[in-house]
Amino acid sequence: MIGSLPSRYRIGIDPVRCMECGRCIENCSYGVFRWDYDRIQVNSRNCTACHRCIACCPRDAISLEEHPCDYRSHPLWTREAREAIYNQARTGKIILAGMGNALDYPVIFDRLVLDACQVTNPSLDPLREPIELVTHLGKRPARLDLRRREGGDVELRTRLTPNLRIETPVMIGHMSYGAISLNAQVAMARAAKETGTFMGTGEGGLHAALHPYQDRMIVQVASGRFGVNIDYLERGAAIEIKIGQGAKPGIGGHLPGEKVCAEISRTRMIPEGSDAISPAPHHDIYSIEDLAQLVRGLKEATEWKKPVFVKIAAVHNAAAIAAGIARSPADAVVVDGFRGGTGAAPMVLRDHVGIPIEAAVASVDQKLRDQGIRNEISVIASGGIRGSADIAKAIALGADAVYIGTAALAAMGCRVCGNCYRGLCPWGIATQRPDLVARLDPDEASGLVANLIRAWTLELAELLGAAGINSIESLRGNRDRLRGYMLDEGLMQVLDVKPVGA
Amino acid sequence: MDGSGIREALSMMNERGSGEGAGYAAYGIYPDYRDCYALHVFFDGIRESKPLLDSTLAQWGTIEHDEAIPTRDRPGLRAAHTPWRYFFKPDPSLGTPEDEIVSALVMQVNAARRGALIFSSGKDLGVFKAGGWPEDVADFYRIEDYEGYIWLAHNRYPTNTPGWWGGAHPFNLLDWSVVHNGEITSYGTNRRYIESFGYTCTMHTDTEVVAYLIDLLVRRHGLDVDIAIRALAPPFWEEIDRMPEAEREWNGALRLVYASAMMNGPFAIVAANRDMMVGFTDRGKLRPMVVGECGDRLYISSEEAAIRAMEPRVESIRMPGAGEPVIGRIVA
Repeated sequence: MIGSLPSRYRIGIDPVRCMECGRCIENCSYGVFRWDYDRIQVNSRNCTACHRCIACCPRDAISLEEHPCDYRSHPLWTREAREAIYNQARTGKIILAGMGNALDYPVIFDRLVLDACQVTNPSLDPLREPIELVTHLGKRPARLDLRRREGGDVELRTRLTPNLRIETPVMIGHMSYGAISLNAQVAMARAAKETGTFMGTGEGGLHAALHPYQDRMIVQVASGRFGVNIDYLERGAAIEIKIGQGAKPGIGGHLPGEKVCAEISRTRMIPEGSDAISPAPHHDIYSIEDLAQLVRGLKEATEWKKPVFVKIAAVHNAAAIAAGIARSPADAVVVDGFRGGTGAAPMVLRDHVGIPIEAAVASVDQKLRDQGIRNEISVIASGGIRGSADIAKAIALGADAVYIGTAALAAMGCRVCGNCYRGLCPWGIATQRPDLVARLDPDEASGLVANLIRAWTLELAELLGAAGINSIESLRGNRDRLRGYMLDEGLMQVLDVKPVGA
Repeated sequence: MDGSGIREALSMMNERGSGEGAGYAAYGIYPDYRDCYALHVFFDGIRESKPLLDSTLAQWGTIEHDEAIPTRDRPGLRAAHTPWRYFFKPDPSLGTPEDEIVSALVMQVNAARRGALIFSSGKDLGVFKAGGWPEDVADFYRIEDYEGYIWLAHNRYPTNTPGWWGGAHPFNLLDWSVVHNGEITSYGTNRRYIESFGYTCTMHTDTEVVAYLIDLLVRRHGLDVDIAIRALAPPFWEEIDRMPEAEREWNGALRLVYASAMMNGPFAIVAANRDMMVGFTDRGKLRPMVVGECGDRLYISSEEAAIRAMEPRVESIRMPGAGEPVIGRIVA
């Protein structure tokens, strides 16, 4: 027998502070709290550390402790390793997990430092001088044919494909209706519109409630083709083909049938209650030329008016794949690092497959430059972007812009508890249960997400100004303005950065 | 104009230098070898390095003439390298355009670092530079012996590569020479951009990319010089958005396509080729630039004092706006 495993969290209620209002009971969707006559009883075993109870307790009476019961400590046989074995011995199944990579890999962003000006060039004050964060995403020719007509007017003879203009190099990544609630999507879409950026639909179609924001939405075509028809493609500002995802490179997706309610069924165009299974590969893409055909097909269907992005998971060969994508008519390649979040992924893939976004962006940018095709495509970095410093570093390594996911959810309350796949999200984000969804007020939540993007935009302007740069283009690929701190030599070569002090 | 005037002008601005680098570029100084590329070279260990360069040049064309650049000893200037000049004609049977051969040669020789640095490679022009005060550098190269119709000069206050002769301005590639007051904060972006077009940065200093960027945009991409400068110091998007449609379209396209060529940070730059001289600043104008005119002569300088030293009867003095290029063309 294996017996009972130690509880992961312990919840305590301070009887002196508690006024027995019962808000914890109402708010906890995991069933940690219940009334026992006039007293509140706690079952810590159900706790996910989502903090909903703590956030709602008016008296700060609730305490939470992680790992209240120790295992014998061992550097190899960690708690996680042992518990995975107990679980699988019991069930014989693949372990599911939510959110991003939970293993203790070093964070490269935290080993890179940015530069600032002193004396030899003046730093710029964003309050006094313009700092441009406007970013354009899309294909560009390597050169322009500009002729001067008689009379001095300049004639542009090169035809440029439409680019996507964002006011700040931050976009909200693809999180589908299904994985998250409609309220969460509406809140983020509204924030994207307010801040002049874009948001991805994910592979869940475009619900009618999002139509008012469609010119700020990037519609996704993934391997299940859920929700895809010509109306959907035409509504979006851009189209993204999802090949892979950083949280689970090489595999598809699975939305369990119990989440497929009437609304989701209509939006995804699948029967109510049926599992929505996205296959691992696109079954019409078995080679790079097949991908190029799909890009062309989507462009043709939308009369070459919309940029088409291709999203790949950051895998070992990401740079070469990106170079292949750049040779198609695709406008941008999205590289999703191994820290990217997800509603649900097999833990073994989430934690062990793929490479960090920092290295992936650096090698993609370098490969494209080596082949002289960096202008052919924009590079969007995603997967583990936590703040404006990460954005600045990603851009200095070679990205044009970033997608955020988890950070936008956190702005709406998400505590990164990692139980998204259970559909009980007490914050109303990763759930379809109407009473839980109703907890998320799109008006309020959109303000929170917009605030986050605005705050990061202000910080980016400060970072640029300190570096004496008044336009984001001049930070892109500017690895001279980065230094590696405690990074090994091999990695510094990949990133093409010098060590601190050099 | 012989070189004595600009020597005088430059010495007005010695406060801007530290005695560790200065240089001059002059156009029209080699009329006898007008059709040859004048390659100015710094040799280290000339006995070993010169035969190597001779044989490389012989592979690609003919050396019409070569000689030591005439110098005179100056007490304040330690000769760190041996300056030499070649008058070189690329082999027409190679089928590659002459300019391509010469620019590839410059890149190859300078990247190889075998005791030879080609720091000037245009026709009928020459760069003269060294570590020292401007007057010493001018006297060292007997600058007053040259007659040119365009002159560039620069006084350096080095921070990055003090004393290294290769780091002094002007920087030259083929027809274009550049002097630069400032520091380019976008250097990393510009370098990575220009290197993807086959240029190699070897001088350890930011100004080098300016010469290559102008070469790329003007010679290889065929942009008019004022449009090329607009790509390097473009208007803000806010201004572009307010332009009438046709103008907005090409200005927007220019920013999109040449985003990585755009130069950031404080700078005032004067560049020249055989037909023109052009001055421009960064779009915030964080470095000074003064323009003077007298008759058919154009003067561009960091300081008015230098212009007045050279042309006491200067007729007009003005300060162009940020990013606004000033172009003086040679009227035949």
